[in-house]
Amino acid sequence: MAVTQLVGAKIHRREDPRLITGHGHYIDDFVRQGTAHAAFARSPVAHARIKSIDVTDASKAPGVVGVYTARDFKGQLAGTHPAAPAFVAEKKFVPERFPIAEKEVRYQGEIVAVVLAETKAQAADAANMIQVDYDELPAVMDLEKALAKGSPKAHEDGPDNVCWDFTYTPLDLTEAAFKEADVVVKERVLQNRLAPVPMEPRGVLAEYEGFDKKLTLWLSSQNPHFIRLFVSGALGLKESQVRVISPDVGGGFGSKISPYPEDYLVPALSRIAARPVKWIETRTESIQTSTHGRGQFYDCEVAAKKDGTLLAMRVVQYVDVGAYHGTFGAFQPVACLMAGGGYKWKGISARTVGVLTNRVPTDPYRGAGRPEATHLVERMVDLVALELKMDPVDIRKKNFIQPEDFPFTQNFGLVVDSGDYEKSLDKALELAGYAELRKKQAELRKQGRFFGIGLSTWIELCGFGPSAATAPATGGIALVESAQVRVTPTGAVIVYTGTHSHGQGHETTFSQIVADQLGVPLDSVELRHGDTAEGTSFGYGTYGSRSLAVGGVAISKAVGKVIDKGKKLAAHIFEAAEEDVVFEHGNFHVKGSPDKSKAFGEVAFASYGMGLPEGMEQGLEAVAYFDPPNLVWPFGAHVAVVEIDAETGTAKIEKYVAVDDCGNIINPMIVDGQIHGGVVQAIAQALYEEVVYDESTGQLKTGTLIDYLIPSMGEIPPFILDKTITPSPTNDLGVKGIGEAGTIAASIAVINAICDALSPLGIKHVDMPAPPDKLWHMMKEARQ
Amino acid sequence: MNHKVAVTVNGRKHEHEVEPRLLLVHYLRDVVGLTGTHIGCDTSQCGACTIHVDGKAVKSCTMFAVQADGRSLTTIEGMAKGDELHPIQQAFWDEHGLQCGYCTPGFIMAAAYLLEQNPNPTEDEIRRGLEGNLCRCTGYVNIIKAVQSAAKTMSGTPARKTQVAAGGS
Repeated sequence: MAVTQLVGAKIHRREDPRLITGHGHYIDDFVRQGTAHAAFARSPVAHARIKSIDVTDASKAPGVVGVYTARDFKGQLAGTHPAAPAFVAEKKFVPERFPIAEKEVRYQGEIVAVVLAETKAQAADAANMIQVDYDELPAVMDLEKALAKGSPKAHEDGPDNVCWDFTYTPLDLTEAAFKEADVVVKERVLQNRLAPVPMEPRGVLAEYEGFDKKLTLWLSSQNPHFIRLFVSGALGLKESQVRVISPDVGGGFGSKISPYPEDYLVPALSRIAARPVKWIETRTESIQTSTHGRGQFYDCEVAAKKDGTLLAMRVVQYVDVGAYHGTFGAFQPVACLMAGGGYKWKGISARTVGVLTNRVPTDPYRGAGRPEATHLVERMVDLVALELKMDPVDIRKKNFIQPEDFPFTQNFGLVVDSGDYEKSLDKALELAGYAELRKKQAELRKQGRFFGIGLSTWIELCGFGPSAATAPATGGIALVESAQVRVTPTGAVIVYTGTHSHGQGHETTFSQIVADQLGVPLDSVELRHGDTAEGTSFGYGTYGSRSLAVGGVAISKAVGKVIDKGKKLAAHIFEAAEEDVVFEHGNFHVKGSPDKSKAFGEVAFASYGMGLPEGMEQGLEAVAYFDPPNLVWPFGAHVAVVEIDAETGTAKIEKYVAVDDCGNIINPMIVDGQIHGGVVQAIAQALYEEVVYDESTGQLKTGTLIDYLIPSMGEIPPFILDKTITPSPTNDLGVKGIGEAGTIAASIAVINAICDALSPLGIKHVDMPAPPDKLWHMMKEARQ
Repeated sequence: MNHKVAVTVNGRKHEHEVEPRLLLVHYLRDVVGLTGTHIGCDTSQCGACTIHVDGKAVKSCTMFAVQADGRSLTTIEGMAKGDELHPIQQAFWDEHGLQCGYCTPGFIMAAAYLLEQNPNPTEDEIRRGLEGNLCRCTGYVNIIKAVQSAAKTMSGTPARKTQVAAGGS
């Protein structure tokens, strides 16, 4: 009998049988009769005027249907690329962006022309035959130089390179605290530019049916409803004329949230050519043109007392916006609002500056702003500890927001819903064997070895909504979540959610919630998502660890409505008062007589019959939207133990402990999987990954997986995972989010361990990434 | 200038006229119509397209279709026998060895060859044996567990427990 055992249990994923047998449906697996294939000609240079484009040879190449340049899309596509206000409502300069360049290219990889051909290979061949005459312009690459007076501009017609310059809290706010400080530490902390690299690249298949004036768009997206909104607008269609289907999605990590130029051009081409058009991104195109993450630096100062009491922080964030404003690029300044971490501060002065450069636009990448905040505050706290010769554990414990302080209004007015930071830290220290590790470190240091222990006590805000905070951030649409629950006459349950999984296992976890609530077997519940033609009129997508805390709760609300209607009907059948009807374990009965009961399926069947209570309509289904009253606030403590080889500079992670708290857990197996994956992505940021451009020409030097190193199985450390559970008071399920925790927590645990290992050499700070050659040089210089 | 290619894929014979430059992975996906073999890079780094050619694991983007002429190929679609999963598929399911699932077919094919060569590998041997396949979701922890678990099932000997295998709940 199903009671409440599914929630909290390790239920094997329902999506897996198709995926492990090769029967998943990813974007490139879709075929439409009569499809033409698109290949894009892209700028090989970072910044140039387009003098001319010669398509003569390409047009004559075998199999070519047509070659198109910006002019051909002028009557097809309207408007500029969307740039949401996010956390910076006031922008200085948001460049206009058309999906295909006409007069000027602003980053390497920007589209200048497109070929349609009968086969993929013919399209690619012909795209290589397009002759473009470029008049090269200086590439704007360095953020500080870009801000200097007289700097070349990333956009020739722009006023300067400042996309935004916004002060959240002024400097004078922290003046008194800095005056009373015994110690002030200062550091510039870098955030390396990263390529998200989902294993499945992007892709678009569009079929415009001219006589019906209907567009079906298959694409690999985290966010199908927003894509429908943007694309329909640009094509001059109603949302009702456009159906977006995002099938199985092979990873996203933030890079499949925003619309892309190809998302507009491919459907426009289908309308022009009157046949289906398909384009699948190559890996080089993916690294070259899918949005990047991070790409920032921070100038930070922290004031503290001798006893380790943190007083105030001053932070200026510089964001490499890239060549155009990413749709959600201004989300990243959330790092300023989270810069205080899990600590109490008298004041934080924060300013963000967004700088236009001739690189690919940046946009959210797993964690988006919150990894940067954690990295910054955890680095600065360690620097204060080093200055005061305090143990990094002690300074954290001294300054933590305490359990009794919640709900805690932090320096920027955000209300942290719950937490117990010391508890998770203590658990992590115990699992790591912290005291023994410090003893071991003392021993190894005597032998001249470089052994370090790094802490990260991280906090996160996630689960976007609420409406009051998010509607202004998107430019009008509140980030709530919708759900529809439909019960068929035989009691089968179909659930539609506006979120969309790209590996998170929603088909399993969301069904666990529904099956428990309705007391039906898991098999009776079917979860559907990713198709705008099904379910509610709008959905909000999956990003920002929001799917469970907003979408899951919306589902639960819709199920509640179904149960309420079932109770009314059951009361009518039992000839009892509605308030006397109880629903438990999948059965309705009158209070006190559980032996006379009606199963959920029987009541569902009755709802489609006759003799319903007066005023009740047939059917058993409900729609619910959930507008959360607050964000949710996961937290945890990670410990990395690193030894650096003095001969090679290689930092080897000997042990990695992660204690995370995401509130109530629906499926612990999936939670652990999210932590593993996130931690490894953050370790990769700390040690390996960086998108590198030539600083003078703007040429991308890491355009393949040969040059852009994502870790393989050989690079991962041994893990010890554990949890604390502090239910969120923000929603009825008591859940938070876990999708981004690993990337938020882990980069600084590794970097703090490296800094700790190298501190005997007088090295205080190391930036990411920290590959062997960099550490080797730093160690060599420090010894001299 | 098309060339004839005759191959056996998952026990079925196929004959087609193909362009000599057609990669084997494109042949399998676009000509034979088996889309379980995936493409994740342009440079043979990711291993998503791993299949078996005459029993050996091969990244199918590193061969032309014409080079496969006369060979016997196995793709992910050929691993389960009807409804009965291959032990490695079962182990990936049991151990949560996949999230988005895009890299999974390649991992399963590479792991199958690894276990055929070395039925009871150490954790280190698994890491070295599968480092030619990339996964961006799982952090590899549960893939290692899955391969260990499959080795145990397939050889009837207990998998060697390691620190990685002990991680998590």
